Amino acid sequence: MLKQTEGSHAVAEAVALCRPEVICAYPISPQTHIVEALGEMVKSGELANCEFINVESEFAAMSVAIGASAAGARAYTATASQGLLFMAEAVFNASGLGLPIVMTVANRAIGAPINIWNDHSDTMSQRDCGWIQLFAEDNQEALDLHIQAFRLGEELSLPVMVCMDGFILTHAYERVDLPTASQVDAYLPPYLPRQILDPAEPVSIGAMVGPEAFMEVRYLAHAKQMQALGLIPGYAEEFRSVFGRDSGGLVRAYRAEDAETIVVALGSVLGTIKDTIDEMRDQGAKIGALGITCFRPWPLAAVRAALAGAKRVVVLEKSLAVGLGGIVSNNVRTALATQDTPVHTVIAGLGGRTITRDSLRKAFAQAFAGRLEPLSFLDLDHAAVDRVLAREREVRRSGPIAEALLRERGVPGARVG
Amino acid sequence: MSFQPVKFYQTGTFTVGNRLLPDAERSVQANMRRTNSLNSGHRACQGCGEALGARYAIDAAMNATGNRLVAANATGCLEVFSTPYPETSWQIPWIHSLFGNTAAVATGIAAALKVKAKSDVRVIAQGGDGGTTDIGFGCLSGMFERNDDVLYICYDNEAYMNTGVQRSSATPPAARTATTMAVGSEPGNPFGQGKNLPAIALAHDIAYVATATVAELRDLEAKVTRAMEFRGARYIHIFVPCPLGWGHASHDTIRIARLAKETGLFPVFEAENGEIVSVSKIRHRLPVEEYLRPQKRFAHLFSPQPRAQVIAHLQAIADRNIRKYGLCEENAQ
Amino acid sequence: MFQIRIHGRGGQGVVTAAEMLSVAAFREGRHAQAFPSFGSERTGAPVVAFCRIDDKPIRLREPIMQPDALIIQDPTLLHQVEVFSGLAGEGYILINTSRSFSELGIGEFVQEFHAKHLCTVPATEFAMKHVGRPLPNAALLGGFAAVSGRIAIDSVLAAIREKFPGKVAEGNVAAAGAAYEFVLREMRGINHAQAD
Repeated sequence: MLKQTEGSHAVAEAVALCRPEVICAYPISPQTHIVEALGEMVKSGELANCEFINVESEFAAMSVAIGASAAGARAYTATASQGLLFMAEAVFNASGLGLPIVMTVANRAIGAPINIWNDHSDTMSQRDCGWIQLFAEDNQEALDLHIQAFRLGEELSLPVMVCMDGFILTHAYERVDLPTASQVDAYLPPYLPRQILDPAEPVSIGAMVGPEAFMEVRYLAHAKQMQALGLIPGYAEEFRSVFGRDSGGLVRAYRAEDAETIVVALGSVLGTIKDTIDEMRDQGAKIGALGITCFRPWPLAAVRAALAGAKRVVVLEKSLAVGLGGIVSNNVRTALATQDTPVHTVIAGLGGRTITRDSLRKAFAQAFAGRLEPLSFLDLDHAAVDRVLAREREVRRSGPIAEALLRERGVPGARVG
Repeated sequence: MSFQPVKFYQTGTFTVGNRLLPDAERSVQANMRRTNSLNSGHRACQGCGEALGARYAIDAAMNATGNRLVAANATGCLEVFSTPYPETSWQIPWIHSLFGNTAAVATGIAAALKVKAKSDVRVIAQGGDGGTTDIGFGCLSGMFERNDDVLYICYDNEAYMNTGVQRSSATPPAARTATTMAVGSEPGNPFGQGKNLPAIALAHDIAYVATATVAELRDLEAKVTRAMEFRGARYIHIFVPCPLGWGHASHDTIRIARLAKETGLFPVFEAENGEIVSVSKIRHRLPVEEYLRPQKRFAHLFSPQPRAQVIAHLQAIADRNIRKYGLCEENAQ
Repeated sequence: MFQIRIHGRGGQGVVTAAEMLSVAAFREGRHAQAFPSFGSERTGAPVVAFCRIDDKPIRLREPIMQPDALIIQDPTLLHQVEVFSGLAGEGYILINTSRSFSELGIGEFVQEFHAKHLCTVPATEFAMKHVGRPLPNAALLGGFAAVSGRIAIDSVLAAIREKFPGKVAEGNVAAAGAAYEFVLREMRGINHAQAD
């Protein structure tokens, strides 16, 4: 059924259709609307056979999900930003235990300085935690990926993070096609756990493993993620046959067949990139895009194949490995290790900085001209940064660095963009 | 056959032989159908109070629930000595997740059982004092205030024993630990710190709160059994001496536990629905010195020279407990 | 693509207005995207919300920097925020006020724009009358339907009914209808003036 609704509500409805049995909620923007909507559905009885638990922290949220999943229930939670970091220990634990919890992360920056706006720093910080990470390009895909996430996670006994851009998607009203319960039931079988806390057949879950076997247990986690690379395209295909649309998969190329420049990105910024590409194509530029839907496991072969014909690759990423540069781009480089295709890292949109077509066009044009640095920062105010650095050299007690920068930048309150 | 009424303290060790009791009053451990939930062969130290407490507590809970029990376990000695894979001493469905999240994991298990209409299966969370009073406190308090259907058992040996005897917020004043060394002008753990978790549990207005020691194992069994008659959040705090960490003889575990109670340093009580309903009275009141002297963690109070003031301070704490909880019979005071 | 930017203050239903507008467009079979300017603004702080309407799926995620229409829910913002930033000469301006453009001190400024694309409407008064609370958002959407002709009033009213429950919806529907009629009358006045 077509519906014009908020991204968070669309996701909540999709999660509800997946018949979750335990949902734990702790408030952090911008994921709040999702669990609020689910809480209302549980309380009103619309979502039956489900326990909705208001926990005292994100750490507890993931821990409750761990207990519920180990006891055989389909468990779901959502978080963002600091919340994901606060639960990090339990995030690793859930994947280590092999519990197929599904979690939405409404991507948001990590402080300090505190910042509630969108970027990918939160989920990128957890990229090696053993969870499958799927990134949604729009709200339709965010909705669809949740349905696929339960299927995939439960098949492999691995938890799945569905990443959607905070505010940009969660708070955007747009058209979505909401599936019916029977469609979802046809696609997503009931959860059959591989391990369960059952008095009839007692098992110990989560006991210690020593050096004699830890490597092998970790290898198995890796092997399962590699299995996911095989399963995901099939699940996306099956999804298309049931729901009649393309969603998910490992990667998705856009006008990339004859592209000399391919822009790699994750999430909602792909929309703006595609509009920019269309404009540049109209002017004769051979440019295309590659969207990474599945970031973990890293679809190395698919990325390599998609970028094989490119003369240059521009990775536009909303996170920064401080002291290194790009995270996604370093993954891309592993896929191009045997080729000498230049890979440019463009860090963009940190802390909610607007990514405009104008800025993208300029960066891409620089890439065509061979003038794009290996690492650059889209729309960075170099002058302000340089002044702050200069002042730090001159004054020992230069004060909080963020405040100094803001004084240099001026107050942007009156601006729209 | 008729039975003579007996008092549990008639034998020298304050216990009574099960032979003298009617079937219904016999210890769970005396029953041939006891489940050995924490089976033999585990790696606990000789004289481990926690192993003893856990065996009695979990078997009693199994008995009370018709063996329909699941346990979540915090990181700590109990977790480590009862495993590693592929060995496990646990004869019940058991999960270890993390150090600080056990109460929340138990909440999740209880929620799953409820939604699956298996509420006859009951949930226990258990951990040491560090996992309970410190790192797991947030999750524990959350579980309490939501009144989740979980019995949380804290095995309190008053420090982080698994990591080498570091101070916790349950470490008593003056005690030496690896992080409150017996050096300086005020050796050992400072006075005026620490938290009283049974009192904090009571403040959450949960259905059942009790304390127990491994010196009175019948009392411990009875409290676990009683706890399982309630639904919602419940808490039992069990005093479990640690020969290694406290520096007492491993055969003295039960005696030390008894001394903690008989000196008034560890009040043993039971509360239902927010009110204390029974107190385990002190029968032979003893000065705290009797309790302190056999433990190396308090050795600096006695040599090279006695620290009478510190001992008096500890005595004052015991005296206050006795007054506050009414631990002595009126005429015995 | 037609892009609308709505300016107001926290608590005036700015975000809801953009959402309702997108619902109205959706009901006409078009694609629409509504989103707020994100922030931790509190009641009274300047707030912006955006709505794009198109006949094909909308992929663009940047804020609306070159709007085709502006709805200004609070005229006190006129001299505080760059509300007119990026507005094209063909752009529409709808301001919630009982005063005229010249009384607001922007009479000269708006002469650059098409007279038929400009209107002021006392939306708060309609809201007070029909809803009982100073929430001008629904009324302004009624006015917007009239001044722009880009969305049918029936779609706006249906969107209001979708967003609000029973009695509140009917009050807002009445306010929107009143604002719609008001703006139509104003527009006819302008047409007559031009005809003269």
